[in-house]
Amino acid sequence: MKRTPTLLIPFQLLTYVLMLFALYTIFIYAPVEKTMGVIQKIFYIHVPAAFLAYLAFFITFIASIFYLYRKDSRWDTVAHCAVETGVIFCTIVLITGPIWAKPIWNVWWTWDPRLTTTLILWFTYVAYLMLRRAVKENQRANLAAVFGIIGFLNVPITFFSIRLWRTIHPVVITSRGLNMSGPMKLSLIITFIAFCFLFFSMLISRIRLERSKMHIEELKEIMDDMNF
Amino acid sequence: MNSEPYIEVRGLVKKFGHKTALRNVDIFLTKGDSLALFGPNGAGKSTLIQVLCSLLQPTSGSVRIAGYEARRDREALHQIIGLIAHQTFLYPDLTAYENLKFYGAMYGVARLNDRIPEVLDLVGLSDYRNDVVQNFSRGMQQRLSIGRAIIHDPMIIFLDEPFTGLDQQGSEDFLKLILQFRDQGKTVIMASHHLHLGLELCDRAAILKAGRIVYLQDVAHISPDDFKQIYSQKVGENALHLKVA
Amino acid sequence: MKFVHKLGAIIWKDFISEFRTKEMILSMCLFSFLVLIIFNFAFGLSLKFDRGMIAGILWVAFVFSGLTGLGRSFSMERDRGTLPGLILSPVSPWTIFLAKLIGVFLFTIVMEIITVFIFTVLYNTTVLPFLAPLALIAFLGTLGFTAVGTIFSAISATAKARNVLLPILFFPISVPVIIASVKATGIILNGNPLQMIFPWLKILVAFDLIFLLVSYLTFAYILEE
Repeated sequence: MKRTPTLLIPFQLLTYVLMLFALYTIFIYAPVEKTMGVIQKIFYIHVPAAFLAYLAFFITFIASIFYLYRKDSRWDTVAHCAVETGVIFCTIVLITGPIWAKPIWNVWWTWDPRLTTTLILWFTYVAYLMLRRAVKENQRANLAAVFGIIGFLNVPITFFSIRLWRTIHPVVITSRGLNMSGPMKLSLIITFIAFCFLFFSMLISRIRLERSKMHIEELKEIMDDMNF
Repeated sequence: MNSEPYIEVRGLVKKFGHKTALRNVDIFLTKGDSLALFGPNGAGKSTLIQVLCSLLQPTSGSVRIAGYEARRDREALHQIIGLIAHQTFLYPDLTAYENLKFYGAMYGVARLNDRIPEVLDLVGLSDYRNDVVQNFSRGMQQRLSIGRAIIHDPMIIFLDEPFTGLDQQGSEDFLKLILQFRDQGKTVIMASHHLHLGLELCDRAAILKAGRIVYLQDVAHISPDDFKQIYSQKVGENALHLKVA
Repeated sequence: MKFVHKLGAIIWKDFISEFRTKEMILSMCLFSFLVLIIFNFAFGLSLKFDRGMIAGILWVAFVFSGLTGLGRSFSMERDRGTLPGLILSPVSPWTIFLAKLIGVFLFTIVMEIITVFIFTVLYNTTVLPFLAPLALIAFLGTLGFTAVGTIFSAISATAKARNVLLPILFFPISVPVIIASVKATGIILNGNPLQMIFPWLKILVAFDLIFLLVSYLTFAYILEE
């Protein structure tokens, strides 16, 4: 990781451009929804963020499995960084959800399956990060990987159990064809792509930062060695 | 004596995070060898013993014992080794008899009901078989710990600072027991600060400094005083922490 | 059969220890007793409870006091320095896990029975007519959260702040078990037929199987250093 890889700079630049474009799309291009009004536009942030929050944990799940299988600390770095990036997007979902819900249904929190599962996911993320802080370095990667696997497997089960328990989530997503107009669909696609770029941009930056940190530690080790 | 390596350590590296505890350690022992590990505090003696016992996994390098590898042949390997450390691994709420019964069962020892009294007798604790270990003195606990470690008649015995907390008499009694095992042909590896006792027990000695082996020779013919000089030279400091006799 | 013999040895050892000190079972029962009393104060002195609420109170008592027992399961081995002795034995890590799980599971069931008894006395409500289905739900639910708790007890035993870490790891993961157990219990206590709890039982069985499988595949990594 001596130089910035040649593809990274254009990638980050593209992310920046796409996000600006997404902002334009949200505020200017997308039509205002008839019944819900302007607040509905938060949906263009809420939905991509939700998808990415779950994708991030899926990345952690796969990386954790590979780590236990290969014992290569690079997989552990990916798992760790995916959690850190994912928790941000998860927080965005949990904040935009109530902001959307309050004006429309007059409640801050709806105990519906999707949002509640995301809340549990958030707690799982936080638990993962606390686990990493609490245990000793030589076991950290192993234990975090096990928790990453358990945490992810828990997501579908949690979702089904909460769904069995309650159901009042609005049906915009499932009957997308009925409730969303052409421009609205296009807006969603644009913001979706922009947020994906944002996510991977942040993830890659975070991983590079972590690798640099580890590299510095290794160099310190070698210097200590030479001194002795 | 079989000249094939019984214990083979090649290029062993052990890191804890970014701290390297063992650097490129190579050791070759044949069956029946006895090796003493000396070195200053923090040199990595305990770490090396723990890696050999497979309580710790190597960061890189290989460890083969009697042809077994730690991860692949875990149960077979554990069946033939015993560890005596300064922790006793004994359950304080259980009696001496029950502790031995538990470990005997874990090692699948045959005819346990006969074996337990035999072991208790060997370590001189027959009178205390039904006493709870919590009430034992340090010396008694250490003796029972020996019993625990050899109940399954292991081929290899590891010792990690076993004399800690024992007085003169206790140390000598302990040494006598271990000498018996060595004479029975068991392979013995001991990490210790006790120069004199280590040399009495073992035919070969290694000196560890900052995770590296800086000396590994047969020492049966070397006197403790001569060895002390070699040690000071290798470790490069006053051998004040060594206990001679 | 060697596996069963060794499994039995570990369970036997834990039982003797517990029988001599009675540490785990006493603290668990005391805790659940306190939880029941506190709920009484929290919800006022009205004796007429919604049946669903009884289910909730019982399971909160079960899970919270179960947690105190779970915490001890591995931390005791680590504190007494006996964990290396176990790891060094020729026994697979999953056998150690299973032995610990069975031990804690049995102690927790005992605590649950005592809790139900105390509940019957304090709240003048009996659950006797529903004993069989309740026992089934308790079995599956308790198995679920003790399995999760045992894995996390092993994970958090290495940490300094283990008393804080265990609940943080435990609660997000045991949400499905708690929801399913409470709901199913509530349905039964309201006098509904057994068929109505089948979906919940399916969730409990799925949870139990998945986590037992995951523990089988990963427990060795938890003990490794």
